[in-house]
Amino acid sequence: MHIAVCIKQVPDTKNVRIDPDTHTLVRQGVESIINPFDLFAVEAALKIKDETQATITVLTMGPPQADEALRDALSRGVDDAVLLSDRAFAGSDTWATSTTLAAAVRKMGDVDVVLCGKQAVDGDTAQVGPEMATFLDMPYATFVKKIEVLDGSALKISRQTDEGVEIWKLPTPCLLTVIKEVGEPRLPSLRHKMRAKKATIPVWGVADLGLAPENVGLSGSFTQVVRVFSPPRRTDRVLIQGPIEEQVEQLFRHLKESKVPGL
Amino acid sequence: MDYFLTEEQQMIQELAAQITKEKIRPVRAELDESEAFPWEIMKVLAQSDLFGLYIPEAYGGMGGGILENCLAIEQLAQGCIGIATTFAASGLGAYPILLFANEAQKQAYLPDIASGKRLAAFGVTESGAGSDVSGIQTTAVRDGDYYILNGTKQWITNGGEAEIYSVLAITDRSKGPRGASFFIVEKGDPGFSFGKKEKKLGIRASATRELVFQDCRVRKDRLIAKEGMGFIVAMKTFDKSRPGIGALGVGLAQGALDISVEYARKRVQFGKPIISFQAIQHKLANMATKTEASRALIYCIARHMDANDAPDASKVAAMCKVFAGDTAMEVATEAVQVLGGYGYMQDYPVEKMMRDAKILQIYEGTNEIQRNIIGQELNKEYSRLKETFF
Repeated sequence: MHIAVCIKQVPDTKNVRIDPDTHTLVRQGVESIINPFDLFAVEAALKIKDETQATITVLTMGPPQADEALRDALSRGVDDAVLLSDRAFAGSDTWATSTTLAAAVRKMGDVDVVLCGKQAVDGDTAQVGPEMATFLDMPYATFVKKIEVLDGSALKISRQTDEGVEIWKLPTPCLLTVIKEVGEPRLPSLRHKMRAKKATIPVWGVADLGLAPENVGLSGSFTQVVRVFSPPRRTDRVLIQGPIEEQVEQLFRHLKESKVPGL
Repeated sequence: MDYFLTEEQQMIQELAAQITKEKIRPVRAELDESEAFPWEIMKVLAQSDLFGLYIPEAYGGMGGGILENCLAIEQLAQGCIGIATTFAASGLGAYPILLFANEAQKQAYLPDIASGKRLAAFGVTESGAGSDVSGIQTTAVRDGDYYILNGTKQWITNGGEAEIYSVLAITDRSKGPRGASFFIVEKGDPGFSFGKKEKKLGIRASATRELVFQDCRVRKDRLIAKEGMGFIVAMKTFDKSRPGIGALGVGLAQGALDISVEYARKRVQFGKPIISFQAIQHKLANMATKTEASRALIYCIARHMDANDAPDASKVAAMCKVFAGDTAMEVATEAVQVLGGYGYMQDYPVEKMMRDAKILQIYEGTNEIQRNIIGQELNKEYSRLKETFF
């Protein structure tokens, strides 16, 4: 079984600061990490490998320094890594990102399972996994918490929903996005760390993926980030307490005083 | 400080530091309180390949030496020396096998120790034999293809949790110091059981128990080296393991220093951070200087011992233990003083460090015994010199 895991390098959210004037992320001096949900995807793949003869390839699209994220995954026991890096990929939205990652999975050829984190902690869209599956014409399941390999051609998965847990059988090839319940990510081992340090990581660009430059990066994107800002803190909050009738009365008075239309 | 470590040695440091940060620090207070054995962390250490650092690759290890092991121990000790002692004690139990066992014994035990699949322990101390190892009463009597062990070992680190024990027993009392021998005893061997778990001042995450041998029969192929080699095996083992105790001291001292400096920069009294007061600065300066001196000593001696079959191994290994152990006690005590009332409270980690540090001056040969060793070695060394320094 060949598992492809898509990861993204993101700023370490524990240390992110917002510039109070520009309202943008201060990236200087902020360490980059593997998106925590993608690390669960790596762990899910490694768990399958613990039980079966799986081979794991980790993929990321990003600038040359995203190589670090791939080596981090290798140091935890992933077999191979591929970096998708090209100036033409800059400015990709989820559509262009999925187009690019899907092309890479297609190029790999023999992928049975694609694993992604449920979403990235920087963009929080949760779109890339399902979009990739659509481009690859694969069945997919999101918010997966447990994966069992039934045989060479099917998986039994449990997915967490607001209502409860759904259990599905999916034929391979398929794509899953996972949540933290798949298991706590293991730490690197010394042997894998040494291998990761020396590993040669292939870099694939637009030409390698057989994509047209206009379909990737900013020009292949339907959306653009115009501005990022943190919403101003709301300070005018009032806690209404007491018996329910009084609460309703107070609420009505507050809304009226605030000149809410229609009251 | 650049200690000119190789890329691989730096990776060991990085990996052990990551384990300390992500796995040890979050649970150390809880394990100290509950005295629960840190199996979860032992599994992480096993999976990370750190148990086999000093074991040759032929036996499943990483092929490093004392320095590699010390680098890992130091980083783990920055988090908790109860956990780091548990880790290091497996090495102490393994060294008699690594240094003196035959090929079949090495093949049988070292790969499991290197992979962390099984923990090892070292059984020498008894109620009447602490500093005076020659006072041991446990006996091993040959009976055909077996030896029958009787006696009780006391305060054995990893006792009850480890599966492989290197145990010292008297095989021929009439031969005095040449009448003791080392045996490999496995958990589950008939007649081998464990006493109660001790309650301790510090290193409470580590397990300390009695080993009880009641007509414990082990096959003769469990004998390490030859009959009568016991004390030599013990001494050579300590030469290898004592720099590791020094590394525990360096790690603990560094951990205490880190907290002290961070706290002193934040704690405001008389309108200023307390680090601006000379009384605090001098304390921190002494703590930092002695910690760095311990580290330099241990790295240097570990390298020396790894590179040479050092004739002065006993002396320099004892220096590691005595200097870094005393330093750790002093630095941890000063850390509590820097943090004042907060330092005395269990909400802050330095009171645990102070309780933990004390063991470094006691176990694996008290620091008084270390000074005896250094003194005796000096006497021998100078007796061989022909020149005078007057």
